[in-house]
Amino acid sequence: MNHITPAIPAPDAIPHEEPSYLTAERGIGSWLLTTDHKRIALLYMAALTAFFFIGGAGAVAIRLELFTPKADVLTADGYNRMFTLHGTVMIWFFLVPSIPTTLGNFLIPLMVGARDLAFPRLNLLSWYLFIFAGAVLIYALVAGGVDTGWTFYTPFSTTFSNGYVLLAGLAIILAGFSSIATGVNFLATIHLLRAPGMGWFRLPLFAWAIYGTSLVMVLATPVLTAVLLLVIAERGFGLPVFDPSRGGDPLLFQHLFWFYSHPAVYIMILPSFGVISEIVTCFSRRNVFGYDFMVYAILWIAIAGFLVWGHHMFVSGQSIYASLAFSFLSFVIAVPSAIKVFNWTFTLYRGQITFEAPMLYAVGFIGLFTIGGLTGLFLASIPIDVHVSDTYYVVGHFHFIMVGGAVSAFYGGLSFWWPKITGRKYPMTWARFAAILMFFGFGFTFFPMFIMGYLGMPRRYQVYPEEFQVWHVMSSAGAVLLAGAYLLPMGYLAWSVFWGEKAEDDPWNATGLEWSTSSPPPRDNFRTPPEVDEGPYFYHPEGEGPGHDHGDPHRDQVRTP
Amino acid sequence: MSGALREPWRSLRRQREAAAFGTWIFLGGEAMLFAGLILAFAVMRALHPAGFILAGRETEVALGTANTAILLTSSLTMAVAAEAARAELRRATLWGMGLTLALGAAFLAVKGFEWSSDLEKHLFPGDGFALAEPSAQIFFALYWIMTSLHAMHMLGGMTVVAWLGWQAWRRARPLRSPAFEAAALYWHLVDIVWIVLYPLLYLGGRAP
Repeated sequence: MNHITPAIPAPDAIPHEEPSYLTAERGIGSWLLTTDHKRIALLYMAALTAFFFIGGAGAVAIRLELFTPKADVLTADGYNRMFTLHGTVMIWFFLVPSIPTTLGNFLIPLMVGARDLAFPRLNLLSWYLFIFAGAVLIYALVAGGVDTGWTFYTPFSTTFSNGYVLLAGLAIILAGFSSIATGVNFLATIHLLRAPGMGWFRLPLFAWAIYGTSLVMVLATPVLTAVLLLVIAERGFGLPVFDPSRGGDPLLFQHLFWFYSHPAVYIMILPSFGVISEIVTCFSRRNVFGYDFMVYAILWIAIAGFLVWGHHMFVSGQSIYASLAFSFLSFVIAVPSAIKVFNWTFTLYRGQITFEAPMLYAVGFIGLFTIGGLTGLFLASIPIDVHVSDTYYVVGHFHFIMVGGAVSAFYGGLSFWWPKITGRKYPMTWARFAAILMFFGFGFTFFPMFIMGYLGMPRRYQVYPEEFQVWHVMSSAGAVLLAGAYLLPMGYLAWSVFWGEKAEDDPWNATGLEWSTSSPPPRDNFRTPPEVDEGPYFYHPEGEGPGHDHGDPHRDQVRTP
Repeated sequence: MSGALREPWRSLRRQREAAAFGTWIFLGGEAMLFAGLILAFAVMRALHPAGFILAGRETEVALGTANTAILLTSSLTMAVAAEAARAELRRATLWGMGLTLALGAAFLAVKGFEWSSDLEKHLFPGDGFALAEPSAQIFFALYWIMTSLHAMHMLGGMTVVAWLGWQAWRRARPLRSPAFEAAALYWHLVDIVWIVLYPLLYLGGRAP
């Protein structure tokens, strides 16, 4: 039977006269020199918004150029520079840091019940490193740009390219330092700053996802640093490693590069898994189905992600036996991703679902990620990959994961935790509209890529046969919708900061420590240090289905001593 | 004495644990950085065994061996400094860090002589390279990359040791601060990397 307990006011709720982290200190110095993880999260948010616009400008240039089969907006070289700009900025300066440095920075200490991250000053340093790296990259792009594509393949990047490869490489190395510092900070926080009673299997899945991401960041990023150093040494100092005309091996570059860059895919998508788990459980009023397996799936993905890099090299001429092994392992890593999709679906099953904006983003994510994942299996099959390698099929696949997946989850997470971050509510109708528009805009932009890719449209070409034009026009038109769907939230979220209704401490009736403190939280997160005696999700009693007549959590989690 | 305790920690023991934990994680990343380069070395050595044997005989084995001894000794003095700091023995800490800095500087000085002798012998890849075998240039490319990256790590470590030593000297940082142990861990990693580089760069190809 369902025992209905009214929501108990959280013991940490403080009167609103007490300053929040936003009002505790004033002045520009109190922001730029802050060690408060919540303020640093907002600093990152500002920086990432700027980079999202820069990377987006590259996308606009590409879609504009591809509207017609002929080259009419950009020169061939200009086109190469634009897709390189789009790729480098979006990957290293938006997707890799996006969820971890903003939502992760803000939420991890709150979720584990800590006052701050383990190394607050390192956290600020990593922001400055990121900004400095971004400035170097922007200088490289403004001074003339890079034409290698985001993959910097040798020997083109080391010998023939005319772009600012050295500066771009340096910028990416610096961004990598920032990434490593962030990862170390999260790992130390989750290991050593959990509140009393917060056992490993009481961590919210978002914290687990950030944990897995941090592991990958710390162990994969240095290999990217190493390979970029080799590129810089060869290009800048004439030290041969990759140049085949001097006995070097260009494939070695690809191995080292993808040893980072495939795990980097999981840096970009694992945090989204965490966000989606939190949203789905809250808006279906149902405890996460198979929590333990969700955790194991995250760790499985984080570890197995290191073993599949060779599937980027099926047509490179590597040994067929290596290709077979990498193909098999790529199928293996699909299993934990599928476990997650099934568990989200089972969480929805018999849930009491409401479609608030975050839930619309989450449901859209599940669909788009599933398509992205299944097309990934096609690419993991060597015969099909040989056919569609370097076509728009690949572009479609990874945009379904990166944009349909990671960016949708970022927007979903932002709309879910926005009341906690700012203490304000945004207009829900607009938000629902933006979420639905994003789903359809995304579909129109990227689904045609599967078809034209399968038909043979190569990626990175500015000029193409006329038979592909209908698909490119569809894609470019969809991109306009998608851009609108990305801009809308920037408008109404900004509006809500000034004129939005004040948010309660727990506006969604969600469970988890971050909802037990005030919105926005005080500087030290909790007025009294929290103690935990239950798991993160308790939307209904253990062993029973969700109550279909109430939406409250069934019991309060935090008990003050 | 609560000067060593920092936000957000509630106990010094826990904070010390976190400093060591965070440093170990970071060192795991550092190990991956050098692992990438060592992998590149291994691949190239497998592709061009003859050139690598030829080139390996050209490095300055005497200076490299001397540097190995210097660096191993500096790890000893650094370990003494860290343990002394933990036990709050001020003199031993300062002596240990001072000796570590001196030995680090000695390592870099020897390295400098070695590099200049390499340059005189035309062992920098490019036109006019001393050895005819083209793949010998690849050996020396990796030699220059790995030794200079290692030297940069030495400089970074020496900066940290100098800074902590200066603070300990001025009593601006309590000796119980976990930073001493973290710095020592980093110093040992730089030492361990050298222990791997030494046989790769100086001993390969020298067997009779």
